[in-house]
Amino acid sequence: MCDKSVGTRFLSRREAVAALGAMSFGLLAGLQPANALIEIDITQGHVEPLPIALPVFSPEGGDAKLAEEMTAVIAADLKRSGLFKPLDPASFIQKNMSANTQPRFGDWRTIGAQALLAGSVAKQADGRVRAEFRLWDVFASQQALGQQFYTTPENWRRLAHIIADAVYERLTGEKGYFDTRIVFVDETGPKDKRVKRLAIMDQDGANVRYLTRGDELVLTPRFSPTSQEITYMSYGGTDPSVYLLNIETGQREIVGNFPGMTFAPRFSPDGQKVIMSLEEGGNANIFSMDLRSRRTTRLTNTAAIDTSPSYSPDGRRVVFESDRGGSQQLYVMNADGTNAQRISFGPGRYSTPVWSPRGDLIAFTKQHQGRFMIGVMSPDGKGERILTEGYHNEGPAWSPNGRVLVFFRDTPGANGGPQIWTVDLTGYNEQRVTTPSFASDPSWSPLID
Amino acid sequence: MFELGKLARGAKFMAVIGAMLFVAACAQTQPDGLQGNVKPGTGQDFVVNVGDRVFFEEDQSTLSAQAKATLDKQAQWLSSYSKYTITVEGHADERGTRQYNLALGARRANATRDYLVSRGVSASRIKTISYGKERPVAVCNDNSCWSQNRRAVTVLNNASS
Repeated sequence: MCDKSVGTRFLSRREAVAALGAMSFGLLAGLQPANALIEIDITQGHVEPLPIALPVFSPEGGDAKLAEEMTAVIAADLKRSGLFKPLDPASFIQKNMSANTQPRFGDWRTIGAQALLAGSVAKQADGRVRAEFRLWDVFASQQALGQQFYTTPENWRRLAHIIADAVYERLTGEKGYFDTRIVFVDETGPKDKRVKRLAIMDQDGANVRYLTRGDELVLTPRFSPTSQEITYMSYGGTDPSVYLLNIETGQREIVGNFPGMTFAPRFSPDGQKVIMSLEEGGNANIFSMDLRSRRTTRLTNTAAIDTSPSYSPDGRRVVFESDRGGSQQLYVMNADGTNAQRISFGPGRYSTPVWSPRGDLIAFTKQHQGRFMIGVMSPDGKGERILTEGYHNEGPAWSPNGRVLVFFRDTPGANGGPQIWTVDLTGYNEQRVTTPSFASDPSWSPLID
Repeated sequence: MFELGKLARGAKFMAVIGAMLFVAACAQTQPDGLQGNVKPGTGQDFVVNVGDRVFFEEDQSTLSAQAKATLDKQAQWLSSYSKYTITVEGHADERGTRQYNLALGARRANATRDYLVSRGVSASRIKTISYGKERPVAVCNDNSCWSQNRRAVTVLNNASS
């Protein structure tokens, strides 16, 4: 293991959990999965959360704690999304639900449930955990989804996230994002002597692990969209520079051989390139490096600060910030550096743009009259919407399904410090992600199948 | 190594504050009040009697007349004590975004470097680095602190104290 970093192995979803496919239910054999089921239309502005009943999974074989904890993780995921309202279990009329219990739909309608998730979890003789669930449409009195999985006991949280993703996907028509991780910078110590470490956690804040030891300043980690790698900036070498870190092996390497500081890195959507800024005599210009050929390409050449580049999901364009016009504004150019066009024209300064994985929006930080905001606009600059606003909000990053932004919010003064928050595209659902200490520069992992 | 360096710089900054207060209190009678305790040509001499830092306006990297005066003294001192190489550290206040502030700190360090070179300090003696908003010296929540953080600090690389 590399002495600077701590490797931590992540299983792909397929490695972690064996899906045994759809369950058909004897009592309902012959019924087709209905099409006219409850669905949440999340393309609208403010969505009324869907009331869902989540009785504790039936602990077959007796591990009641595991069943309770798994159910709680599923409920917390769905609740945090802002799209679901888990109902109070005390109101439930039908008790002792399991994956194989026929619901009394009238009982669930009475308490206002529109969906019902009933499951069972069992420890097998071979040590593995088996979980199965059915998602019921209470009004249609029909099964909407049924699945079962096997996994090893230590993966129980991931299994819960995978079930929450399945529910989210079935009821919204969008990919879920619960079985994902967030890499960030952990901050400890006084404000004028901060120690910063790279860290990674599950998207709900669980399972925090540290990837560096804090002996050098590290900034702006970004997840690879295709592998268990991150690119980040470190002050460990001669000049502050962009590095790659393999999360599993702990191995790291410098990106390129540039004369001067490199910073603000990000991967291309295919994971084959890193795009970043190089500081040259007080100017900052944008370069890309092909990770296989090691070839570097200059994309901008201005006497200005060009930084925070981010590719469009098709890899053909790049959004970045530049003060070439006098103040920080957003520009979009072709991926070869041609045809840069300014897209931000509102009052204030715009920075840290990041292109949505869906391609339809660009998220940014905006400063105006001493306030720091997180907002989104179309790639042509139209339709600007501010999602959150306050003393200091900075550095948005997208969830892999493009529905939620994670960012950091700083508080003023000697004892102030950053914390990680999420907000969905409606701007109505702000949630803090609890971290052990101050935390900044979050970046979301892809959803790897 | 890094921590030691930082502590040393912190101590120097304390020394500057001390010196400024003392000078302010005794400006009429004893403008060089501390000189007697400081050995010429040392890092302490540089910090106390020359001034190791210059300050910038918000989002600017232009050197003020006061900053130029400080750098004139730095250049003169460095020509007298040619054994030193220096690192010019550029810093920004916390009221900006991280990546931009890294670049802004680099601009400030470069403006400082260029001025020192124009005053006869060999470019080969000067390295620059930007810390962006990562290394504030003052942590309160108003401009009195932010203005102290918008700075370029000339650090002697091989100073014994």
